[in-house]
Amino acid sequence: MLSAFRSRGTPARALTHTRLFTSSPRTSTPANSQTVVEQPPTVANSSLLRPERSEALWTPGLRWQDEEHVGDGGRPTEKLNMYQAIRSALQTVMQKDPTSMVFGEDVSFGGVFRCTMGLADQFGPERVFNTPLTEQGIAGFGIGLAAMGHTAVAEMQFADYIFPAFDQIVNECVLAKYRYRSGGMFDCGSLTFRSPCSAVGHGGLYHSQSPEAYFLQASGVKVVVPRSPIQAKGLLLAAIRDPNPVLFLEPKILYRSAVEQVPVSDYELPLGSAEVLQEGKDITIISYGPPLYTIETALHHLRHPGQDLEKLIPQDLRGLSVELIDLRTIVPYDIETVVKSVNKTGRCMIVHEAPSAGSVASELAAEIQQRCFLRLEAPVKRLTGWDTPFGLAYEKFYLPDQIRILDGIIETMRY
Amino acid sequence: MLRVLTSRAVLARSASRSFATTTPSAHTPLSALSTTPEFFNSVREGTIPAFRLLGPDGLLTEEAAAREWVERAKQVDGDKLKRMLEVMTMMPILDQILYSSQRQGRISFYMTAYGEEGTVVGSAAAWENDDEVFAQYREVGVLLWRGYPLSDLMAQVFSTKNDKATKGRQMPVHYGSREHHFHTISSPLGTQLPQAAGAAYALKRTPGREKSCVICYAGEGATSEGDFHAGLNMASVLGGPLVYVVRNNGFAISTPTSQQYAGDGIAARGAGYGIETVRVDGNDPLAVYLACKEARRKAVETQKPVLVEAMTYRVGHHSTSDDSSAYRSLSAVESVKKLDSPLHRLRKYVESLDTSSGSGAPLWTAEHDAKFKETSKRAILKEFSKAEKDKKPKLEFMFGDVFAERPSHADAEGNGSGLERPQREQKEELKRLIGKWGETAAWKKELEKFEGGRAAVDKW
Repeated sequence: MLSAFRSRGTPARALTHTRLFTSSPRTSTPANSQTVVEQPPTVANSSLLRPERSEALWTPGLRWQDEEHVGDGGRPTEKLNMYQAIRSALQTVMQKDPTSMVFGEDVSFGGVFRCTMGLADQFGPERVFNTPLTEQGIAGFGIGLAAMGHTAVAEMQFADYIFPAFDQIVNECVLAKYRYRSGGMFDCGSLTFRSPCSAVGHGGLYHSQSPEAYFLQASGVKVVVPRSPIQAKGLLLAAIRDPNPVLFLEPKILYRSAVEQVPVSDYELPLGSAEVLQEGKDITIISYGPPLYTIETALHHLRHPGQDLEKLIPQDLRGLSVELIDLRTIVPYDIETVVKSVNKTGRCMIVHEAPSAGSVASELAAEIQQRCFLRLEAPVKRLTGWDTPFGLAYEKFYLPDQIRILDGIIETMRY
Repeated sequence: MLRVLTSRAVLARSASRSFATTTPSAHTPLSALSTTPEFFNSVREGTIPAFRLLGPDGLLTEEAAAREWVERAKQVDGDKLKRMLEVMTMMPILDQILYSSQRQGRISFYMTAYGEEGTVVGSAAAWENDDEVFAQYREVGVLLWRGYPLSDLMAQVFSTKNDKATKGRQMPVHYGSREHHFHTISSPLGTQLPQAAGAAYALKRTPGREKSCVICYAGEGATSEGDFHAGLNMASVLGGPLVYVVRNNGFAISTPTSQQYAGDGIAARGAGYGIETVRVDGNDPLAVYLACKEARRKAVETQKPVLVEAMTYRVGHHSTSDDSSAYRSLSAVESVKKLDSPLHRLRKYVESLDTSSGSGAPLWTAEHDAKFKETSKRAILKEFSKAEKDKKPKLEFMFGDVFAERPSHADAEGNGSGLERPQREQKEELKRLIGKWGETAAWKKELEKFEGGRAAVDKW
């Protein structure tokens, strides 16, 4: 099916590019620069989200996956937060694919984050069920289901607890090696792991981790991180139907806070493809998940520094033209989009919550250095969590916040 | 003591539920009471007995003769027993040829099944041919029972262009065949145990396969892995037709069972998970066959897992990388071979039987035995020599099947076909390297071992 924007003959990114960061935050009072300075964007009023139906239907890359008749009014959308969008995706799969099953610890009553609310009632305990408390068991069980050709959507309650299943995922599943080791005779491609990830304000060591980089070397499993409800539904549907096992990491801080109009219909967003959120010519910033919103805030401060920031932010950088990229898929990542951008801007900063050593930022920085060497005018900046465990009381200074992002931009631009 | 436990087990079972998870649990911890604190460490007094029918001499034992199961044993089809004996006879011949070939450096690795032929073939004969098998690595007898071609077996062991099981990607003995419902073996121990639980749940939900079963093999060493606990518990709670067969052969490489567990073997754990369990003499192929057949019947009927512990002895070394005389005496091994050979037992038993037609002719004789061995050896050697001369798979298979193919990535000729970006780029890089360095001594000879050689690489 053609996506909405294509069928209307509208350039894919036009809407986003012209809108993002150029207007004042949606909830602010009428044009008043002082107000804008006092109210930097947050997830609640972010330009990265699509609160209008028309915007939602024009989401870049969106592909409808049904043949339903669309009346004069066009396709409907509904206002959902991220956990509701995930639930909507699961419901869509369960309705269409009779082999599909949703299982994990405590999913039956709706899940500790409400992502599976009502599914057990609707589809029965045979298809939506609790498992014993064993991550390696859940992973192995899911592989077995998938090896028999059934669609398995397994939940790991927190990404922090995925490590007991690491062997099943890296040695077996891959989830990494199942297809490869059997010469393509067997696979577990119809398996998807969903898992809440990333910081939540007070998660401490074991409710905050972003383990995506551990899977960079596990060739054979895909890793996806959505930033919004529309993405969560579209990417999860694509992940579940992808012929490869996928680890779908859901930033739990966005479950309730990120709200937008989400198409009711069945649709997918492409895996392995980054999204350029804003075109620019001076510096490329690459990120995924929650830090994108922090970057948005930082860019607002760069443009309109308050009194406390004014003397620290050089005047000539306030009109900086930033190209912002949402990686969306971590494995396999979209290096083409990244390289095209960095070759244009000559400067690059990568932002994520996970620690720096052996990280997605390290991997990207090495690839960028190799592919854009002659165009680089500054070292690739990795702006990440520190190489420490995620200490409870230190979260503010652990994460790359808007101050560190501002500093990263200035340092990279001044190099 | 026994009574308390039984009542709990009965309670757990009484919660008859095909999909256990949302039915309120029948677990009521205070349903049975005692006025003394009753400590226990086993589900029954003493040791769980092993089911045995044939003595070391291959005759039905006197104890067995008085029991009903002898009647069942006598009803086993003679042709089936003969076939079991054939596969069991073939296994050591195959093992010997491949073991020696590894010693001569002709294959890289091998694992024999010496001493466990009765456990593997006795159980294999109890399954239906489309039962889904998840094996560990010492169960080639199941494949032979199902008619896995010797040519395919040799192709896997030699990593040839005809290796359909792994495309030359896995070590020898890591067989697999969709056609034979034998899921590809992998080295990490125990990982197949929860996978089998998932597969059993899938079978339960697959229209048309309600009568099928999942079979999962593991050694007693693998049962110490967390995946054993995960698998048995998940299978027990979530259900599905599944028979776990544990080959308890006394050793995990050098580790004797005394250093593996301190309880009553593996069977004692089954009850703790609420799993119907049986222990069987693994060197009595007839007992293994009947116990497994009954286990399978229960599993399919109740749609719940059943555990079989087969007591056997690993007569051979762990693998070709192991010299077991470093940790056990050769004389002990020799005495087991002499006194407790599953092959000897079944052969003697079958020799004592008439044909199923009742013509009075024996099913198996010494002459027949010698002839069968000779024929088998020739057939194995023939496929061995053919496979040894075969080229390795196409070099490009190194990059394939990491992810599913993406048809959109293929060029007009289907080359570079469908690989994801990293594999596609790295394949191109290897092509460049071979273009530049392919004629050097370090690479030239190795390149020619692959199907199509360097010319095939140039076409990438």
